[in-house]
Amino acid sequence: MFRPTLAASALALLVATPALADNPVPEGTTLAEDQTFTFWLLDAIKSMDPQINTDVEGSDVLRQLFEGLYSEDADGSLVPGVATDHEVSEDQTTYTFTLRDDATWSNGDPVTAQDFVYAWRRLADPATASEYAWYMELMQVVNAPEVISGDMEPEELGVRAVDDHTFEVQIATPLPYFPQMVVHASTFPVHQATIEEYGDNWTRPENMVGNGAYVLDEHILGERVEMSQSETYWDAENVVLTNLTALTINDVNQGLTRYLAGELDRVDVPAGQFPRLKEEYPEQATSTPYSCSYIYMLNVGDSGPEVLNDVRVRKALAYGIDRDIIVDRILQGGQEPSYNWTHWATAGFEAPETEWSTMSQEDRMAEAQALMEEAGYGPDNPVELTLNYNTSEDHKRIAIAASQMLKPLGFDITLNNMEWKVHTDRMQAQDFEMARYAWCGDYNEASTYLDLFTSYSGHNNGEFFNEEYDAVMKESKTAEDPLPMYQEAERILAEEMPILPIYHYAQVDMVKPDIRGLPTENVMQTWYAKDMYRVAE
Amino acid sequence: MLSYTLKRLALAIPTLLILIIVSFVLMHAAPGGPFTSERELPPEVLANLNAKYGLDQPLWRQIATYVWGILTEFDFGPSFVYKDRTVNEIIAQGFPVTLTYGAISFVVAVLVGVTLGTVAAIRQNTILDYFAVGVSIGAQVLPNFVMAPILVLVFTLWLGWLPGGGWQGGQWEYIVLPVVALSTSFMASIARITRSSMLETLNLNHVRTARAKGLPERRVILRHALKPAMLPVISYLGPAFVAMITGSVVVDVYFSTGGIGKAFVDSALNRDYAVMMGVTILMGALTILFNLVVDILYGWIDPKIRY
Amino acid sequence: MVANQHKMEALADRLSEEDPVAGRSLWADARRRFFANRAAVAGLGILLVVALFAAFGGLIAQWSNEELDYAVMGAIATEGAPSLSNGHYFGTDDLGRDLFARTVQGTQVSLMVGLVGALVAVVVGTIYGATAGYVGGRVDSVMMRAVDILMAIPYMFVLILILVMYGRSMTALFVGLGLISWLEMSRIVRGQTLSLKNREFIEAARATGVPAVTIIRRHVVPNLLGVIAVYATLLVPLMILTESFISFLGLGVQEPLTSLGALISEGAGTIAYGTIWQLGFPLLFFCLTLFGFFFVGDGLRDALDPKDR
Repeated sequence: MFRPTLAASALALLVATPALADNPVPEGTTLAEDQTFTFWLLDAIKSMDPQINTDVEGSDVLRQLFEGLYSEDADGSLVPGVATDHEVSEDQTTYTFTLRDDATWSNGDPVTAQDFVYAWRRLADPATASEYAWYMELMQVVNAPEVISGDMEPEELGVRAVDDHTFEVQIATPLPYFPQMVVHASTFPVHQATIEEYGDNWTRPENMVGNGAYVLDEHILGERVEMSQSETYWDAENVVLTNLTALTINDVNQGLTRYLAGELDRVDVPAGQFPRLKEEYPEQATSTPYSCSYIYMLNVGDSGPEVLNDVRVRKALAYGIDRDIIVDRILQGGQEPSYNWTHWATAGFEAPETEWSTMSQEDRMAEAQALMEEAGYGPDNPVELTLNYNTSEDHKRIAIAASQMLKPLGFDITLNNMEWKVHTDRMQAQDFEMARYAWCGDYNEASTYLDLFTSYSGHNNGEFFNEEYDAVMKESKTAEDPLPMYQEAERILAEEMPILPIYHYAQVDMVKPDIRGLPTENVMQTWYAKDMYRVAE
Repeated sequence: MLSYTLKRLALAIPTLLILIIVSFVLMHAAPGGPFTSERELPPEVLANLNAKYGLDQPLWRQIATYVWGILTEFDFGPSFVYKDRTVNEIIAQGFPVTLTYGAISFVVAVLVGVTLGTVAAIRQNTILDYFAVGVSIGAQVLPNFVMAPILVLVFTLWLGWLPGGGWQGGQWEYIVLPVVALSTSFMASIARITRSSMLETLNLNHVRTARAKGLPERRVILRHALKPAMLPVISYLGPAFVAMITGSVVVDVYFSTGGIGKAFVDSALNRDYAVMMGVTILMGALTILFNLVVDILYGWIDPKIRY
Repeated sequence: MVANQHKMEALADRLSEEDPVAGRSLWADARRRFFANRAAVAGLGILLVVALFAAFGGLIAQWSNEELDYAVMGAIATEGAPSLSNGHYFGTDDLGRDLFARTVQGTQVSLMVGLVGALVAVVVGTIYGATAGYVGGRVDSVMMRAVDILMAIPYMFVLILILVMYGRSMTALFVGLGLISWLEMSRIVRGQTLSLKNREFIEAARATGVPAVTIIRRHVVPNLLGVIAVYATLLVPLMILTESFISFLGLGVQEPLTSLGALISEGAGTIAYGTIWQLGFPLLFFCLTLFGFFFVGDGLRDALDPKDR
């Protein structure tokens, strides 16, 4: 799928869209009497504090309870949230957001620029100890690193309330995709007085003050979350769904059973079940691209195994895995086989053609065989490697399949399943050979993926250090059109193969046929209940 | 008996203390911490978090602070992962749930099990007996993680009689399936134990005498045979209790009841030290207490035992 | 953990009352009684079948336990059903691996986990209990206090921690399972040792200067063999059950190895998807194994303790 480059699209849209939101329901639609929506959570919500939350599922709930500067529509384009518009300075480093004057908190207070200033400082403030504090650095907000490390006061962060309805951000370097980043839940405003009064307990239903379209009624850990329409939301008259319920069901299969029994309106489909469901319930089974990329990371650093320093072996590993089988016969949910790192549907990104991405699998296999022979290995002299993966039925299946596919090439792969904390700990300590890894984009732009393998990235656990790669990525930051640099970076990855791309995610759902308004083309899969409604059947 | 009880209770204190120390050390020795996350934290933030939760202190000091908090204020600390909850609140929310379905399961298992076992023993070698034995043997080896999805499939998806999960403040229809899933294997064990011990008891002299005297069968069973036949059942209750705690994990996972069993496993996997400690201590204390009750009950029924 | 503690104690009492010389006839009697017990013999038969299946099933399997059958992969519900023609006697799992071969291999692991776990429990429990009982005095009370304390620890927690900490290896599983179940064994052994200690033949041995270790090994342990045998037989199925729970939590043995518990847990997850054989066959062998051990254990106990009938 091709999309215009992001910087252009975001701005164009903001100029074109008037500050008023429309009613999401097209004319002539008959609405159902019951306007409730029940959705599935795999795990208990860890925190309902926007600056503390770290989970995708937590963000799904937070987007209903709070509203940031901008939101996204069903296609993933920016739409006004609390901000109606923004201006960028000549040097591209000062963003001035204009906030709407009718936004209110659920206790009646107006939402002002000070609330954003407070929230953003709070995110960076070491006293908050937020796991997402680094997001401020990612956004390049001036002085963010110094504030996070405690070398500067939070007040010195580059954010400022010019007046009640004007919020100004200074960033260190030009960042064309900056507006896209303020959709993230960690940048949502919070109500200072409430936090100061209740401390950590401010997120409980009885204390919480939010500015979203819904308010929190109940939160029973590990069982359910109940939300209902907020009367003070600025656009309350256009909100259709009256009540939202999130049910925690720890087992995917159990979730599907309960969906089929009518207890849920939306649920994830377990691997392998999509084709059957699509046939039985063609209107309910959906699969849309989702911005996450699944890979096996190789430890090419000093602590990694000697044999992985040989690029021929790394390439043989990559070529030897038949991704079509993994995608079509194991996951079966519309995922895409991947021969590069960045998710294919990322806005403004096009994967470059590389040597191996265009080959047939037979050719790849033959090439892999040749490479192994050249490197002096084969079934008689196998390469022994350990593949770590964290506990999950899907990871297990893919790892088993991959190890079997690589066997004829002369790879003797030991599977090592670890629970998630240990897996993560080992990776971060460079104590692994091959490790399953996935990255979900924080915002809809290729740099969220590609920055990861720079030598200065905090997440480059396989220690792939490449000067050329660093240079390309640095250059992309200031480029008018960064796509060529991104493609060059992908080419370097294909040449050096520090990672084995496996597949690009898809969001595979069962959704009740009368639900409307879920994202269809939004690769970030962010959804807003305020845009949803149920039609009469 | 009182001095025995007091002695046992006194022993509970060092037991719990050792439990705390052992779990603390084991937990901290495990790789990964509560703040290990896919997005590796900058050292500054990690330092802040550790400072906030006192993890930068030496281990002995953490233990001391922790124990002190419990002793002085009954405060088990804040959860490291669920940041707007304290451990006390998490337990206060989850424990009543577990206690409700656990206690009901326990009562159901004992009542149904004892009845089934007794009936089978009285009607030994009849169809009824074979049926009871067959059912209880089958149920005893069927793991509850097999039973739970089958129950949901049948009663929720196919028949549509009962909800497939949730708790909703403990309305009866939400309790039925968890109780069935949890109690069945214990019921089966109790039925088997009751049957064999009832058979033995019915052969004892005083029971034979009572029967010979022409007392009505019902009276013989209830007055003379049931009480001694209960001894093995009672000694089984202690282990059954511990096994039920384990079983509650399965119930919580499959039925999303929000109970303490799931909180326990989650806390171990999440390295939520505080919640894990709190639940462990609670479970340890309950186990001690329950075993004491069982022992006292045992002594009350069996006069041969002296303390 | 062992269900019938009461009976175990009764049995232990009875066995330690036996005169060590007359013990020979006790065993002969027991064997006769055991083989007269139909359930016990049936249990033994079942175990034999399961053992044969585990040992030689691999010979008739047409697939290995890790090969992927690309012909059925991706359409398991329709193509992966049990079939003689493609050699998948028990059907395949979701990846197209042969369930027959996997059940054979899972049975091996489950049996091994059960047997080794029980062995660890019995060895540790016997040594610990015999030592405490024989030495007596303060050592005894300290050692038994320790047992009391350990018994109050929710054992799943220890097991989860061990598996999480030391990675997921077979050794960790054996040790973990064994270590949580020796406590009761040690109590029973200690009780018996205490009562044996004052018997004439042991006092005589002590008077002639036989070292304590030898006395325990020569005189105390042999007198406990009956209890140990029964206890161990009943412990095996409980180990297998516990392992299945561990597998359910996702902390079991590493792929491509599997266990009956892991197979069942996988099969139970997918029962709604028309692949019932994935649950059925492993569950059959799981139940057979447990039945076998329960019957044999009960039979052994009844045979050794005739007054119990």
